[in-house]
Amino acid sequence: MAAVSMTVNGHSVTADIDPRTLLVQFIRDNQRLTGTHVGCDTSQCGACVVHVDGKAVKSCTLLALQCDGSNVTTIEGLAAGGVLHPMQEAFREHHGLQCGFCTPGMIMSAVDIVNRKGNNLDEHTIREELEGNICRCTGYHNIVKAVEAGAKAMAGSSMKRAAE
Amino acid sequence: MSATGIGASVRRKEDHRFITGAGRYTDDINRPNQAYAYFLRSPHAHATIRKIDTSKAAKLPGVLAILTGDDLATDKVGGLICGWMIHSKDGSPMKAGAHPALAQGKVRYVGDHVAVIVADTLAQARDAAEAVVVDYGVLPAVVDTATAAKSKTAIHDAAPDNTVFNWHLGNKAETEAAFKAAKHVVKLDIVNNRLAPNPMEPRAAVGVYDKGEDHYTLYTTSQNPHVARLVLSAFIGIAPENKLRVIAPDVGGGFGSKIFIYAEETVCVWASKKVGRPVKWNSDRTEAFLSDAHGRDHVTHAELAVDANGKMLGLRAHTIANLGAYLSTFASSVPTYLYAPLLSGQYNIPAVYAEVDAVYTTTAPVDAYRGAGRPEATFVVERLVEVAARQIGMDPAKFRQMNFVTKFPHQTPVIMMYDAGNYNASMKKALEIADYKGFGKRRRESERRGKLRGIGFSAYIEACGIAPSAAVGSLGAGVGLWESAEVRVNPIGTVEILTGSHSHGQGHETTFAQLVCERLGVSMDAVTIVHGDTDKVQMGMGTYGSRSGAVGMSAISKALDKVIAKGKKVAAYVLEASEKDIDFKDGKFSVKGTDKTLDFGACALQAYIAHKFNGQDLEPGLKEGAFYDPTNFTFPAGVHIAEVEVDPDTGVTEIVNWTAVDDFGIVINPMIVEGQVHGGIAQGVGQALLEGVVYDMEGQLVTASYMDYCMPRADNLPSFKVGMTETACPSNPLGIKGCGEAGAIAAPPAVINAITDAVGHEDVSMPATPKVVWRAAQKALKKMAAE
Repeated sequence: MAAVSMTVNGHSVTADIDPRTLLVQFIRDNQRLTGTHVGCDTSQCGACVVHVDGKAVKSCTLLALQCDGSNVTTIEGLAAGGVLHPMQEAFREHHGLQCGFCTPGMIMSAVDIVNRKGNNLDEHTIREELEGNICRCTGYHNIVKAVEAGAKAMAGSSMKRAAE
Repeated sequence: MSATGIGASVRRKEDHRFITGAGRYTDDINRPNQAYAYFLRSPHAHATIRKIDTSKAAKLPGVLAILTGDDLATDKVGGLICGWMIHSKDGSPMKAGAHPALAQGKVRYVGDHVAVIVADTLAQARDAAEAVVVDYGVLPAVVDTATAAKSKTAIHDAAPDNTVFNWHLGNKAETEAAFKAAKHVVKLDIVNNRLAPNPMEPRAAVGVYDKGEDHYTLYTTSQNPHVARLVLSAFIGIAPENKLRVIAPDVGGGFGSKIFIYAEETVCVWASKKVGRPVKWNSDRTEAFLSDAHGRDHVTHAELAVDANGKMLGLRAHTIANLGAYLSTFASSVPTYLYAPLLSGQYNIPAVYAEVDAVYTTTAPVDAYRGAGRPEATFVVERLVEVAARQIGMDPAKFRQMNFVTKFPHQTPVIMMYDAGNYNASMKKALEIADYKGFGKRRRESERRGKLRGIGFSAYIEACGIAPSAAVGSLGAGVGLWESAEVRVNPIGTVEILTGSHSHGQGHETTFAQLVCERLGVSMDAVTIVHGDTDKVQMGMGTYGSRSGAVGMSAISKALDKVIAKGKKVAAYVLEASEKDIDFKDGKFSVKGTDKTLDFGACALQAYIAHKFNGQDLEPGLKEGAFYDPTNFTFPAGVHIAEVEVDPDTGVTEIVNWTAVDDFGIVINPMIVEGQVHGGIAQGVGQALLEGVVYDMEGQLVTASYMDYCMPRADNLPSFKVGMTETACPSNPLGIKGCGEAGAIAAPPAVINAITDAVGHEDVSMPATPKVVWRAAQKALKKMAAE
């Protein structure tokens, strides 16, 4: 067993874990934050995307121990003080989700795209940037619309970045 | 139309939990003291099991139990079943091989279940699986669909020639006569590629045994928890229904693959009693590729007969359908009654005849996947029709239009009675949206850039809302296909709807509530939809085949009728009027010709207080239930037009325009319906361009991860132009036809018709990867150079 400490959604957490524990297992099984999902074994699907120190990462690809001392934000930490993040609002408004399983990862990736690429995103950029997130329900049509609208809404919002 | 009633694009009630990470899927459920199951799977496609040595593994840390097929036999746990009986042409019943949840003596595909290891942690269970020693006697694999029946290796003793059935439908003699009279005969050899459904949530199960109550609970990723309970209880024999609760909480997509009752959930619920602790299993993606039921996998020769004037005379098809190593829950119905009855398409075809040979192979079971049989039928029809138009030299839209069914009801030669439609209306609208007239100009513009542009049509029809129970029973179904609903009105007028339908992305919590708002005049917030729990909802048949609107909501509608009728009785007492003088509109009961009214909520309160009427004359309370059995299938239909640009140097196909015009009957929520269309098209485009399950000749699954199986990504697809036409369905009270499969059915032939149009010949198979399309384009360029 090994000790690990990190900040998750603004809370300091410490645990003794099996060294082979993945970050996503730490988040889901140890912290019981089940909004972050696992959809594949090969880091393709993006259902597990969280932010580590402000950058989107696939939490199935990191060991929890690698995140010792880091600041982790999951989908549960995105809505500050119970107010939905503009990207969350945009996914609902534009019907950017159906079964909801890929949605947390999609939203976390979308926020990261805006952080990197700015608030005016064209369709081509959004589609290219979403390459690492798979959705089987929506055909991406409404996800693209949601990301475009969410990006614009983030420009006028104090929640430009996820809580870090 | 009100802001929340029928026809309004109401934003979804369920979304808040999904966008905040508060959804509750099966893998999010953890029970105190739970143990973890890991399945040891066969590494061979076909082998006898000589011995399983668990002695070393059983001693490893944390291991609670290692169970095999012998333990199932000892406990008299029954095998998995196929619930649809098909008879061969000669009248003999289909040959169903035994399907134990854990292998008994033999494994029949890579991924077949050999043993389950239950341990304190998943890591310990996995470690122990590595230490189980299995002595296999390897047998030859049987992989190829077309030649499986000729193999000298029998997979099941019950089917020595690997043939499950030789079935047929239609009139052979009349069809042969039609072909003799034909001026043109179009012939095609078609492979409908094998697909992996891939809902983003992998399957999962948590089995819980309560010793004190001698009662089981199973949390599972199911599209139809009541059917799961029925099968686990009546056939597999885990426990009687009153001792078994099945809960399907939030389910992350299904697309058919979560209809079936699989080995894993069966074993988890059984093992929970054996180890005395809750047992949890969660599939990883590779396990999903190995053991979720696959879809499609047909090899077909098809022909279309056309007269000198371009009228279709007859269609015939011979299909070999691969059903995999075992018959999954509804496997036998897919290449038969969900396939051949759709071979008349949207057309007046006087004679249709289909023969279907279903075969076993040493591959994962094949069953319903989005569309289930109907995409396969539509691919056959719409490829034949497009090629026929090209051979005759007619415009493909005009050729279709002159053969469309225009009078309803229309009896096809293959069972179906189309009840309503206007196929020309959809075609006209699609031609307009797609700017068909401008295609020639766009094609020339592409040519100037060195690209080959093509346009492809697909005028699909499907059968949804499956269907009258007596009708499907006569075709071999083991169950009735009605739906149930219960409307519970609480004393202050809030409403709970209990439905046997199950939502796994379709948005029932919103659309079903819209129906209630429309009918009772209550607010969306006052309505809760309850589903997915056999302890809460008494019985139901679940969600697949776009049946939840046409059948599930019709059951709710019927129960709402009863609630309103009872409400009128209560209102008559309260308003001191005759029941026949009570009207109900916009949430108010009123007395005809007076200004006396009673709000729905106030009426509910009066029904429960029961002060205004004698309990002997009228029962207190306001709760009604209904079972609804439809009068026919429903027949959604439409026209999709794909426009592609092929790069002859790289073989890359880009979809540059997509037009979809669909007639789904009455639409409850256009936003949700359009979303279903988008998703369906993406899966259909996936089949046409990207996806294909590949086994090598030893039966090893080559495409067992997202690195090898190409899922559609955002950058593989365009935005879609979606239009609607509307003819109300006369076969249910709401006029709904269903929209879930349409895109997946329509898209594959539209794409292939467009690519073959671009390259100028028909030799393009699915998936039309850059390699396939490059070869086709080079062939076309060589031909052009030679000319």
